Amino acid sequence: MTTSEKLLTGNEAAAWGAARAGAEVVAAYPITPQTTIIETLASLVHRGISKAEYIAVESEHSAMAACIAAAHTGARAFTATSSQGLALMHELMHWAAAARLPVVLANVNRAMAPGWSIWTDQNDSLSQRDTGWIQIYCVDNQEVVDSVIQAFALAARTSLPVMVVLDAFVLSHTAEAVHIPEEEEVRPLIPEWNAPWKIDIDRPAALGSLVPPAEYEKMRKKLCDAHAQAALVIEDLAATWRKRFGRGAGLIESYRAEGAETILVTSATIASTARVVIDELRDKGVPAGLVRVRVFRPFPVAALRGALAGAKRVVVLDRNCSYGASGIFYQELRAALCGVPGAPVVHGYIAGMGGRDVTPLTVRAALGRAMEGEAPVPESTWLSE
Amino acid sequence: MPRSTLGGEVEVRLHGRGGQGTVVASLVLARAAMIEGKSVQAFPEFGVERRGAPVTAFLRVGPEKIRVRSKVYRPDHVLVLDRQLIPLVELPADHGGWFVANTPSEPAGLSSLPASWRPATIDATRLARAHGLGSGALPVVNCPMAAAFARITGIVGLDALLQAIRETVPQKPDANAAAAQEAWGTVAAAPTWEQDALQRAFGGS
Repeated sequence: MTTSEKLLTGNEAAAWGAARAGAEVVAAYPITPQTTIIETLASLVHRGISKAEYIAVESEHSAMAACIAAAHTGARAFTATSSQGLALMHELMHWAAAARLPVVLANVNRAMAPGWSIWTDQNDSLSQRDTGWIQIYCVDNQEVVDSVIQAFALAARTSLPVMVVLDAFVLSHTAEAVHIPEEEEVRPLIPEWNAPWKIDIDRPAALGSLVPPAEYEKMRKKLCDAHAQAALVIEDLAATWRKRFGRGAGLIESYRAEGAETILVTSATIASTARVVIDELRDKGVPAGLVRVRVFRPFPVAALRGALAGAKRVVVLDRNCSYGASGIFYQELRAALCGVPGAPVVHGYIAGMGGRDVTPLTVRAALGRAMEGEAPVPESTWLSE
Repeated sequence: MPRSTLGGEVEVRLHGRGGQGTVVASLVLARAAMIEGKSVQAFPEFGVERRGAPVTAFLRVGPEKIRVRSKVYRPDHVLVLDRQLIPLVELPADHGGWFVANTPSEPAGLSSLPASWRPATIDATRLARAHGLGSGALPVVNCPMAAAFARITGIVGLDALLQAIRETVPQKPDANAAAAQEAWGTVAAAPTWEQDALQRAFGGS
């Protein structure tokens, strides 16, 4: 253990990330399993480790409203939520992105009710897919602290809000060794946000007026273009992290995927467990590999096309479902590969909904069934059925 | 033979009741292993905890970064903080290790275990009361139990354990460390497999 490594849960790591990045305003409302993020932050503020103004608000909707207002003045704003809380923010999620404000949010992936569940799946965050937020899915607690810090830099550089996502319990309440970068190591990477639409009392202006259709469409095109720009900034930050700390991924992360005939594509902590299975298969001489999608928005189309080129078959394992369509990463990946000459066959499986445990056996089953020739179906195959 | 003796990753399951400090026991052991330079992962059964209700926690310790993120279904060792839970703990019969339990019984008294599981026992409830840990009605037994477990399994050494206790427990670090030290010295184990074999081969000792 190096002196700067601490035994931290994912939630504690998220709070430390916000503190180290220099969050200036924290507005939050508690919800399981997120609550220990804001509890830890409250304690860091109390101990003077974070200088943030901590605002206890009366709902998640108000939390996002406060973050929007704070960010508008150039303050680094942070909040955290989960599941129903994120859903309650939805109206303002659109607002934060379309107003091009650098808000940072940590969302602990928790299944939506009913039936009531406090366990993990991705339908809460993926329901915010079209709001314009950047979404980063973490594989371990080290990536949680690093991603929260990077999120502040990314938000300030792109004028886009950033959501850092971690699995309920599997990360949020799991303790492991985490290196917390020092303030002076990371603060210089986070620029001041000084967009022309920053509210400044020395520069009076009117904001939020009615926008004619042609201007509105232009604004939306710019929002889309900012995501393309964000993809470059994400890779740039990843390069900085690798150089400075010797760790970290960018848009995607490949594991033993070189020369693989079968590649598993998945996200978040499933991609950690999956490495064990890939090692077992490789040891047996089965050419299998893994590609983890770390960033869901912007969707890394070019990176995925590159990483999957040459594979015969791709197996997408989703911990989410767009009801009436399919697993969401499955859907997105098929769209990304559409029209690519020699594109692999893509299989879609769903597992781990509502926190159902995803074990090496689960991952092995998905890969095994696809490799044995089970035909892919457009709506995804539920592994437990 | 437990995998700990082979230098690989070790998986542990802890069983207790809400209020006994089961999750903290997993954190103490994890922190101690971290102090010794090992990779760790500690987490509670993902649920809602209530005082008095059964609580499960999991611990993985290994020389390399731990990647499996599911619960522990085939533990290498088990730690039980509440004697009433002893008969309820499910053990894989074909994958035995140490079963370290809080009970005044001798190890031989734990006759219900599958043959591959080796019992060790300590009266941590008495120790906790003697050191003023928790209340008389609900003694907090986690630190002496962590120490007994560490001594028997060899998962971490005493120095790291005592340091971890001081860094982890929210109250009474000295009393917890003292109880742990006493538990380290007094935990009773059934003879090891090697001792059994020597006994059978040569008789006496």
